[in-house]
Amino acid sequence: MLRKASVLAAALVLMAGGPVLASGGAEHPRNIAYSFDGPFGKFDQAQLQRGFKVYREVCAACHSMSLVAFRNLGDKGGPFYDPHYTNSNDNPYVKAIAAEYQINDIDSETGDTIQRPGASADRFPAPYPNEAAARGGNGGAMPPDLSVIAKARSGGPAYLASLLAGYRTPPAGLAVPAGQYYNPYMAGDVSSAWTGDHDHIPLGGFIAMPPPLKPGLVTFDDGTPSTIDQQAKDVSAFLMWAAEPKLEDRKQMGFAVMIYLLLFTALLYASYRRVWRNESH
Amino acid sequence: MSGHSTYQPKSGFTRWLDTRLPIVRLGWDTFIDYPTPRNLNYWWTFGAILSLMLVVQIVSGIVLAMHYTPTAKDAFASVEHIMRDVNYGWLIRYTHANGASMFFIAVYIHMLRSLYYGSYKAPREVLWILGCVIYLLMMATAFMGYVLPWGQMSFHGAVVITSLFSAFPVVGDFITTLLWGGFAVDNPTLQRFFSLHYLLPFMIAGVTVLHVWALHVTGQNNPTGVDPKSKADVLPFTPYATVKDGFAVAVFLILFCFFIFYMPNALGHADNYVPANPLVTPAHIVPEWYFLPFYAILRAVPDKLLGVLAMFGAIACLFVLPWLDTSKVRSMRYRPMAKIYFAVFVIVCIILGFCGAKLPDDQVIPGLTTFQLLESDLNSWVWLSRVATLYYFAYFLVILPILGLVEKPLPVPETIATPALSHPATVPAEAVAAPEKKG
Repeated sequence: MLRKASVLAAALVLMAGGPVLASGGAEHPRNIAYSFDGPFGKFDQAQLQRGFKVYREVCAACHSMSLVAFRNLGDKGGPFYDPHYTNSNDNPYVKAIAAEYQINDIDSETGDTIQRPGASADRFPAPYPNEAAARGGNGGAMPPDLSVIAKARSGGPAYLASLLAGYRTPPAGLAVPAGQYYNPYMAGDVSSAWTGDHDHIPLGGFIAMPPPLKPGLVTFDDGTPSTIDQQAKDVSAFLMWAAEPKLEDRKQMGFAVMIYLLLFTALLYASYRRVWRNESH
Repeated sequence: MSGHSTYQPKSGFTRWLDTRLPIVRLGWDTFIDYPTPRNLNYWWTFGAILSLMLVVQIVSGIVLAMHYTPTAKDAFASVEHIMRDVNYGWLIRYTHANGASMFFIAVYIHMLRSLYYGSYKAPREVLWILGCVIYLLMMATAFMGYVLPWGQMSFHGAVVITSLFSAFPVVGDFITTLLWGGFAVDNPTLQRFFSLHYLLPFMIAGVTVLHVWALHVTGQNNPTGVDPKSKADVLPFTPYATVKDGFAVAVFLILFCFFIFYMPNALGHADNYVPANPLVTPAHIVPEWYFLPFYAILRAVPDKLLGVLAMFGAIACLFVLPWLDTSKVRSMRYRPMAKIYFAVFVIVCIILGFCGAKLPDDQVIPGLTTFQLLESDLNSWVWLSRVATLYYFAYFLVILPILGLVEKPLPVPETIATPALSHPATVPAEAVAAPEKKG
């Protein structure tokens, strides 16, 4: 049993070692406590609403979120979930938010290109019509889609929050290219732009996104002070929800499954002991 | 062990069926009456665990295929559609994705058990080779499955692995073109990988039937490596092995479910949540963890063709292992020297796994610069993987052949029952008190 445990432990160590990547010399993301951490974690609805506001008023100007539909906002665990509306398409908040967007469509009778107010079933429209336009509007850099960004970056939401709030004045000796910004949390290699001490190359990299957050940039309706850190934390929580909307379901089901399996395992062990009670082995 | 069948049809229908298609008899002989050595330990439960994992993967995979779209344009979004819009789609996909890793954990333990207890030795060579075939098919299946979400790591992993075949002279380009369905990894590659990913598991299931058949012909090996000689050495499969396997399966499921529900993406790579983009190469392309040791062997050799040959050779060694090991004693329990070399072998495999995950030229011991050898610093992961690769091959090609000739094994017990019965069964007190009143 002990040897089995040691092999399993070794296998786990091996697996943990697997996905570890050279972090590109970037600073490690800050330690941020989220309400959805841990086996019983849940999204904080007020935080998701604040984060949605940051997304909508700041991020959405350049970033698409094409996998998320308006109706998702009213799904269980979502920022505007209301138990009275089990079908999130009927949720009045969701309908009102959707209606504020203009969606490209075609007129079903004439075939002409038209714009119509959004419905719950629509997905968030992209700010640019195509990739070339997105690059053209951002100095050649493509703002990534934010639907699963919280799972697509090592470090997850804590990394996103660290990056968003982590812009710093570049250290003296670092030549930041035009249209780029220095961020210690950005994966990259700044050694070619560094003229200082070669044993102390600054951590981090260059990013084409200008510092997006400013104190008071977004007014939180619940009166939460609108600091850069607060905005970064809230929007990263929202993006985690966007990337993993079934997180609450998953953890809740996991608890039930674990209880069941533990009881089942105990029962099987008792059966094993009973069946083998008169047999040496 | 495929001796006389003890099955007695009890009803009119089963008697009628037994003379026409003795399928109930087959099941009885295979899963009820089949004699198993009484001293099997928990390392022998991984066969049952692997059978379960195969079923889990096939069932979850079939459901995923109902919702998945195997085209370069839609694959990524269809996987996210499964995660968001399909009822319990997240559960099915996380089960399938983590199931692959669990399958490999189990198969590696199963293989190391065979190595330690000499389960590949006569008369079980065919049984062992069938197992190696299953392992090869598993690797092909897992690799193609990882390509299907069409994320960055899917795409660039596919480019790296399929390009390996171009190293072969003459036929190399033909093979890669055939794998790609064109001149680069693209939509045709994804579609044929999906088709093959659906086919290969059923081939695995077929070879598994042969594997179990061969097992039932030779009978199971056991921790002593001594063949059962009398009824005292064996117990019927049901209930003895079934209940023990059942307990081990349940423990394994706890580990499996822990990953599914609490850390479903821990074994994957964040880059695979970025849609595939042929124009942007990830900074560091790594395969899934279960391929890392072979990836390290590939990169350990400075020449591309030789590296590919070394990688395939590492698997080929397994196929000929029954004829490389010259020892007459099966179980390493009675081989004091082999035991030590085996322990080093396990550690070396884990080291190779780490080497495969690191950038080859990064330092193993940070800050220590030694001297350059073959264009790499001696204190680098590539050099560590070279040393480890050397041991990996030496274990099969040098150590096992020579050890069998020079090693003096410990005395091997006459029968299984001798050591097994020498320590009495561990019995709960109340069960001893009144066994007949229970159950």
